[in-house]
Order: sequence, then C-alpha cells, then structure tokens
Amino acid sequence: MIRSELIQKIADEHPDLSQREVERIVNTIFEEVIEAMARGDRVELRGFGAFSVKHREARTGRNPRTGEAVDVDEKHVPFFKTGKLLRERLNGA
Amino acid sequence: MSEKTLTRMDLSEAVFREVGLSRNESSQMVESVLAHMSDALVRGEQVKISSFGTFSVRDKAARVGRNPKTGEEVPIHPRRVLTFRPSHLMKDRVAAGNRSGK
Repeated sequence: MIRSELIQKIADEHPDLSQREVERIVNTIFEEVIEAMARGDRVELRGFGAFSVKHREARTGRNPRTGEAVDVDEKHVPFFKTGKLLRERLNGA
Repeated sequence: MSEKTLTRMDLSEAVFREVGLSRNESSQMVESVLAHMSDALVRGEQVKISSFGTFSVRDKAARVGRNPKTGEEVPIHPRRVLTFRPSHLMKDRVAAGNRSGK
C-alpha cells in the first residue's frame, strides 16, 4: 500500500470529504510525526507503535572496501517500535 | 532536548488546526489512517509512505532462545515482525533537528 492508496481508501469511506481534503489530512498526520521527532519528541500511538529518536555516539568506523578508518560523528536517528496489539495481530491473535 | 510524548490527541489536534475539521472528525481521521495501515500490514502488505518511510512485515524463523535469568533453553516460535525504514527526508530532518548545540 502506498500513500495514494491510503488516501483513496479513506476518501472512499468519507464521501463528505473531497480527495484534496483527505490528502491534506493524511499529509498533516505524517508531517506532525516528523516534526515531533525533529524536536526530539516521541510519538506514542497505542496499539500501533511508537516513534522515537535514538542517539548514536560518535565512533570510528571503517570503509568496508578499503579498510580505512573513518570518523563517524554522533547523530540522531528515527526509531519505530511496534505496538503490542499490532504485534499480536501480525501473529494471528 | 524537550522530550515530550505526543499521542493520537496531538495528531488529531493538528488535523483540527490545519484542516479545520471538528475535533471529533479529526480524531476519527487519525484512527482511520492507523487502522488502514495496520490492516494492510496484517494482510502482509508493505506500507510505503513516500517522504515518511516504509513499514514491512518480515518472517522470523523459529530458534532456541535462553532465559537470561535462569539460563534455561526456551523455544522461540516462528513469528512475523514489523520493521520500519525511515525515508531519507525523515532521517535528514531528525538529524538536523537534534544536532547538538541547538
């Protein structure tokens, strides 16, 4: 399923809303999650999962091709943990 | 870092603010989005949201695990797990927003 299919499914369920409106709604939701993580906040959606930001320390990595040592700066990366209900549903509960 | 936790309420508040639906409709839309994504994943489909990220379902094989406290061997059954791969855009924005010294 891709973004446009998700929008279509929701639009089909809500004939009172235009396709454009549904598009704005869906985009707003995803945008809000990214903005929260960019501020360092968590987004916890019970039953679905939680988005959070993980800190990675600076380290000395290696170029796997040449074996050369390279400094990797510390960074923050997005992380998603699946919620309990969804995890159970994936396994047929 | 602020370290707040947002919930469904904050997302529906954003829909209310940005799109102008009622609070009730806004929260229904958030539910609807999560429900459709979950249903697709439960059917085994990949959910690919451009400029956000990709959720995929992977099959894990059975293996023998160990209770770390007792050392006892326990069978771990085959199971399906969900993985999320953030888009480049998400990674870049999260990295930029959390850069130290900000």
